[in-house]
Amino acid sequence: MSTYDRSMALTGQPPKNLSKNQKIATLIGMFGLAIMLLAAFNVSFPNKGMWLTISLSAIFAGTLWFTWDSYSQKLPGIKNDGVWFKSISSKGLWGWMAGIALTGFYIVLYFFPEYLGLVRGGENKGVIALFDPLSKALSGNPASQWFVYGSLYTVAILAFGIKFMWKYRHNRYERIRTMSVMFFQTAFAFIIPELMARLNGDKILNGGSLPYYDLKNVWPLNYYNFEGYRIKSFLSSGDIGFALLIFGILSVFVITPILTYRYGKRWYCSWVCGCGGLAETAGDSFRHLSDKTVKAWNVERWVVHSVVVFVTLMTTAVIYSYLGTDTSKYWLTKSTFLIGVAGLLTVVFAWVMLFKREQLQKDAQYGAVGYFVIIMVLLGIHFFSGDGNVFLFKSETLRKSYSFLIGSIFSGVIGTGFYPIFGNRVWCRFGCPMAAMMGFQQRLFSRFRITSNGGQCISCGNCSTYCEMGIDVRAYAQKGENIVRSSCVGCGICSAVCPRGVLKLENGPLKGRIDGNQVLLGNDVDLMQLVNQK
Amino acid sequence: MENIVIIGNGIAGITAARHIRKLSNKRIIIISGETDYFFSRTALMYVYMGHMKFDHIQPYEDWFWEKNRIELVRGFVTQVNPENKQLLVDGSRAFHYDKLIIATGSKPNKFGWPGQDLHGAQGLYSKQDLDLLEVNAPNKDVCKRAVIVGGGLIGIELAEMLRSRDIPVTFLVRESSFWNGVLPEGESQMINEHIREHHIDLRLSSNLKEIVSDENGKVKSVVVAETGEEIPCDLVGLTAGVTPNIDFLQDSGIELGRGVKVNRFLETNIKDIYAIGDCAEQHQAIGNRRPIEAVWYTGRMMGETVAQTICGNRIEYKPGHWFNSAKFLDIEYQTYGWVFSNRGRKDYEEHFHWRHPEEKICITVAFHKENNQFLGINTFGIRMRHEIFDRWLTEERSLDYAMEHLIDANFDPEFYKKYESEIVAKFNSDFGKSIKSKKKNLIRIFQFN
Repeated sequence: MSTYDRSMALTGQPPKNLSKNQKIATLIGMFGLAIMLLAAFNVSFPNKGMWLTISLSAIFAGTLWFTWDSYSQKLPGIKNDGVWFKSISSKGLWGWMAGIALTGFYIVLYFFPEYLGLVRGGENKGVIALFDPLSKALSGNPASQWFVYGSLYTVAILAFGIKFMWKYRHNRYERIRTMSVMFFQTAFAFIIPELMARLNGDKILNGGSLPYYDLKNVWPLNYYNFEGYRIKSFLSSGDIGFALLIFGILSVFVITPILTYRYGKRWYCSWVCGCGGLAETAGDSFRHLSDKTVKAWNVERWVVHSVVVFVTLMTTAVIYSYLGTDTSKYWLTKSTFLIGVAGLLTVVFAWVMLFKREQLQKDAQYGAVGYFVIIMVLLGIHFFSGDGNVFLFKSETLRKSYSFLIGSIFSGVIGTGFYPIFGNRVWCRFGCPMAAMMGFQQRLFSRFRITSNGGQCISCGNCSTYCEMGIDVRAYAQKGENIVRSSCVGCGICSAVCPRGVLKLENGPLKGRIDGNQVLLGNDVDLMQLVNQK
Repeated sequence: MENIVIIGNGIAGITAARHIRKLSNKRIIIISGETDYFFSRTALMYVYMGHMKFDHIQPYEDWFWEKNRIELVRGFVTQVNPENKQLLVDGSRAFHYDKLIIATGSKPNKFGWPGQDLHGAQGLYSKQDLDLLEVNAPNKDVCKRAVIVGGGLIGIELAEMLRSRDIPVTFLVRESSFWNGVLPEGESQMINEHIREHHIDLRLSSNLKEIVSDENGKVKSVVVAETGEEIPCDLVGLTAGVTPNIDFLQDSGIELGRGVKVNRFLETNIKDIYAIGDCAEQHQAIGNRRPIEAVWYTGRMMGETVAQTICGNRIEYKPGHWFNSAKFLDIEYQTYGWVFSNRGRKDYEEHFHWRHPEEKICITVAFHKENNQFLGINTFGIRMRHEIFDRWLTEERSLDYAMEHLIDANFDPEFYKKYESEIVAKFNSDFGKSIKSKKKNLIRIFQFN
């Protein structure tokens, strides 16, 4: 048994205690949050713009002061001292409290926005009203619960992004990557869509109005992008609307596959994506809490791929539901669409089974065949019976259950609320269909790998411990094997924390990528050949 | 079915067991007095520093052993009896073996310093040492100062560990510069600076005279031999190297020197008994290596080799090109081939040294004076590709080739600043050459033709 006690006190001994500066910084940050909490309980602030500024500045200043005190006096290098002693980062009492608070926030946000002060068709109240000035300045409209969430989300990524960059100031990959995440969140997720809303009704859009569109949010993560109301908005908004719709389609079928081939899925997951952005910045303190067991890996594979199947069925059904049947009006009809989906899935399935089968585990092959058959049967049932319900369920039922189960509960409540308990990438690992699809390509058809450096691994376990995706990196590195795992988001932390310089994320030729180097260098060649015989 | 008994569950013993299981169906029993399961010894420091829990430094999940039919026994082997092929665990339980592998590792050196066995004086090698450290130095109130004796890899790790809990550390190093029996001068100097940057009170050319006891038999202070200065402290870290852990074999009839004497097949003087890892001592040193190599990597390599021999494919232990690595506080160190310190330097060996003007980054390249052959490289703060240097050493590449293609060997993360042009410029000016750096080439690196 370990002999240390996991104290919840903020005092105590280094490295788990907080310095005086850190305590003051925490208080300042908490003060900023308290203003919002008070607003949520309908304490009326006279000058909303000013109080919002004070609140957000306090959160920012508190985080930065804390960061400054943590790292400025220390030399550049790995800063993991005491991670497993601190209550907040080792599932201690503070960790649980933070987890419960976050979970509670998400439940209110998704299901009870009126408690945040949302008033439909009237003046906002509570904390949402506090954000009205900012929202009006950006889009001209009053705030919604999503605007509040988006603002806080952006503040979190920016403030903790700076903390992360300071923590890893010796590591240029981490610094550049974090700047990228901060940029995409601020510009693409937060500011651009708000400014786009100003165009609504303008003649540049032919008087139409665009749906709220975060351009970097690609289907199937953005599972609602092709729903009927959005398609209508796109198509009624002139050339710009049409261009955006085309971009949405291209980003799924062209941009994503090309970039994933060249750089692995990290181009998205740890450089662009908002979910990844929050996980890498605000969630960084919890990355080591991910479960590394083989059991967790098995659960992950089934759950995340089931979500892919779910989102594919759901989207197909939704698109199907608003398509017409008359070819003379519009070339894409219900039946051409279904045939197209079936054809595309068959091509992918056939390619994998013909050329990549030996790279799949037995259960993965069964899973692929099983899911393929299920989808095809459902498509077939419809095609030959021709009634209105595709896939046994009404498309609206599918859409609603996906949005509730996956969109809200999984990605929000569990995915982010449970950061301090299950680690910061629960959603990305077990739930995100976008990550699963790119992961599938990353495993089978990409130049990306993590190279293990010959025989230098000492099996210490830092890489596995700090892998937020729960990959047992060490299991590969200690055999001298490259790491080519579909779940790897390319955050680069395994490489950063390795004390012996064993791991390098790189893009290289496909040949020899997976079994790159199954030998531990150091022995003479004869023995290496013997050891490598299978 | 043959009974293979392995004493010791460190990297050497475990690697042997894993490879024997891969190659055969023999019964495998591993006996350890230290822990139930294999753990990475080199990672013990991270448990004390709070980077990992003890579970994390165990490379295999607990079900792994049963699934692979590797039986684990907890206890100390007290006696080995080669006549009837038996050994005793904890003086009572008897185990029969058909083949025995001794892989018992090392123990910290103690050189007979007065007071070396007081409470509060300890080495750092085993899980028990780590637990003891939590008792002796749980925080800076209980341990107001620590003195570390012995300037090697374990000493600097212990210093880093204690500093993570803000415990003041005095570091007594016998040599005139840190680890300069192994590192060339420039590198050793750089590490001296780095140790001091971390607020560690580094005392070079300082020997321990005695450890002074308080009235309870606990460490009170140490006296430095050179100056007679008495330094009050609550912990004395004895980290002056390690020695093979083989006391239990004294009367077994197995030939012992400092370690268990083995031939190139890792066989002892008694049939069916082998020794691998830290505790094995070669009759004759292999190449430039030492007869006893207490290094993680050599333990692993010997484990792989002995598994072949035991499974019917008797082969010699033929380590390839030397390599090693370590981390000195924040500075990563890797070495490939041979780069000797001033003390060990061969007559034919010449060095090229480059150090970054501000950052703690440097390299030293060793080459043959007469024929210009590349002999080895030490790198600090730059990661290098093992495979590339292994290849260049095998191909006996020239120094000029190595400098020209240095970029191929770079293993730093993407976007890191590259220093090859500065290095080559310094090289050209030092040796009056006009080498131009080649561009990085994936085809060369991954060897596609």
